Amino acid sequence: MATASAWKVNHMKILVPVKRVLDYNVKARVKSDQSGVDLANVKMAMNPFCEIAVEEAVRLKEKGLAEDIVAVSVGPAPAQETIRTALAMGADRGLLIQTDADPEPLAVAKLLKAVVEAEQPSLVIMGKQAIDGDNNAVGQMLAALLDWPQATFASKVELSGDVVRVTREVDGGLQTLELDMPAVVTADLRLNEPRYASLPNIMKAKKKVIDVKSPDDFGGLAAPHLTVKRVTEPPKRTAGMKVETAADLVSKLKTEAGVI
Amino acid sequence: MPVLVFADHDNRSLKDNTQKTVTAALALSGEVDVLVAGKGVTAVAAEAAKIAGVRKVLTAESDALGHQIAEALAACVIPLMASYDAVLVPATSVGKNFAPRVAAALDVAPISEIIEVVDPSTFVRPIYAGNALETVASVDAKKVITVRPTAFKAAAEGGAATIEAAPAGVGAPKTRFVAEELVKSDRPELAAAKIVVSGGRAMGSAEEFQKVIEPLADKLGAAVGASRAAVDAGYAPNDYQVGQTGKVVAPQLYVAVGISGAIQHLAGMKDSKVIVAINKDADAPIFQVADYGLVADYKTAVPELMAALDTVKA
Repeated sequence: MATASAWKVNHMKILVPVKRVLDYNVKARVKSDQSGVDLANVKMAMNPFCEIAVEEAVRLKEKGLAEDIVAVSVGPAPAQETIRTALAMGADRGLLIQTDADPEPLAVAKLLKAVVEAEQPSLVIMGKQAIDGDNNAVGQMLAALLDWPQATFASKVELSGDVVRVTREVDGGLQTLELDMPAVVTADLRLNEPRYASLPNIMKAKKKVIDVKSPDDFGGLAAPHLTVKRVTEPPKRTAGMKVETAADLVSKLKTEAGVI
Repeated sequence: MPVLVFADHDNRSLKDNTQKTVTAALALSGEVDVLVAGKGVTAVAAEAAKIAGVRKVLTAESDALGHQIAEALAACVIPLMASYDAVLVPATSVGKNFAPRVAAALDVAPISEIIEVVDPSTFVRPIYAGNALETVASVDAKKVITVRPTAFKAAAEGGAATIEAAPAGVGAPKTRFVAEELVKSDRPELAAAKIVVSGGRAMGSAEEFQKVIEPLADKLGAAVGASRAAVDAGYAPNDYQVGQTGKVVAPQLYVAVGISGAIQHLAGMKDSKVIVAINKDADAPIFQVADYGLVADYKTAVPELMAALDTVKA
């Protein structure tokens, strides 16, 4: 296919979008005015699925299958730290599309499409979802906007020539697909165990370049399609009762709860 | 406003995620049609036609649809959206895979994993793994919605919808199906199970995990889950993981054995109807969400539980 050969596989570039989110070990607290989740003075980190995507790209480079890894983030100025983490893990350069808006997946996908058109990667590897909005949408939408094939929820990625073979986590098991590159792959948990950046690599990452651009450099930020009316706490569970014995437990489950 | 429901099936039989999604669709509109896209789906379409409240069942068939390839499913659904104001898709691995492609093609914002329909434009969906609930209103004329099936009751039988064929679309020319390896287990799927038994780091080894958790799960007809700590320690495979970075489950009964209850685990199971915790540490946070807590060493408690289950079933 003409497009696939135009993307030089032997000089393969991988684009890895990454997102700065509330650290997964921190409990999300809803603001009292119900406008959202409180992110003031809490620990932020790279979305865990994005870490897996970065790790996979770095491993492909270490195997000699990729040459250039670009980490891109759409977010506020501190998202540079998230990109810096990707650089310390082994990405080559960074791009921040800086905005204080919290853009919807559709708007992010449109910006990333413009980045893909500028950078011309053969492969986009990204997390299957961000653990803040839990939308699980940007990768699929990016693939659709580019008219590229996609393989979401990847647990294994193998490159050969212009083809990427991806094993996917599906309900009840695994599915393996072959995609003509360029393609979008989204990472699931079992794809790999991301490394911790070593101190020398953290030092080296400080010298790597992060370009800071605005959404207007990539076609602008699309207007929101969704309005958040309110964000509330889920119904609270309260501690129930302690039972003394396993027999008590079974009897309660049968007669009181009716679940066995 | 006519709305389309995407049927969940395996080309052989309809899955009840479909009936649950129909219930969500009926909250938007009285005009609900169901699309059965696959290969050799005559029997599935006949089942779908029996769902009460369904007007019409559309079938679309091709090899790529049979393998549920995202590009093919999107190419089938997108032209149909000329006749519908919304499409509701069960939030399964298939639905989550293709629905955003449809949204992008229609230039609309997908609304992921709704748990409640407030009105035909306003929906409630969990964010932060269920630690917060977001109520969102969409301005899009056409809506692409995925539905968390565990949040809706299955629509009843009793319908008699007509069945007609729809175009299959262009398939997936850049994607080839290679293989499928479905776990051959008599246990139910973790995400859809009515009962889940999960083990934690207290198990101490993979052998112990298998010896303790799996027989208990089999006795209850349950799926097996694990905490991230147990997975990280190598006691259980990663696809057993329940939690923020694993699977989110909401069974009728969740039994946590030797799980302390880290935030990240609670996020994946706290919507379960009834939670049982067995842990020897009375101060473990899991007891704060458990309906029934048994403070005991699992080594004695689980065998006793197995014996007690035999007694009530006898």
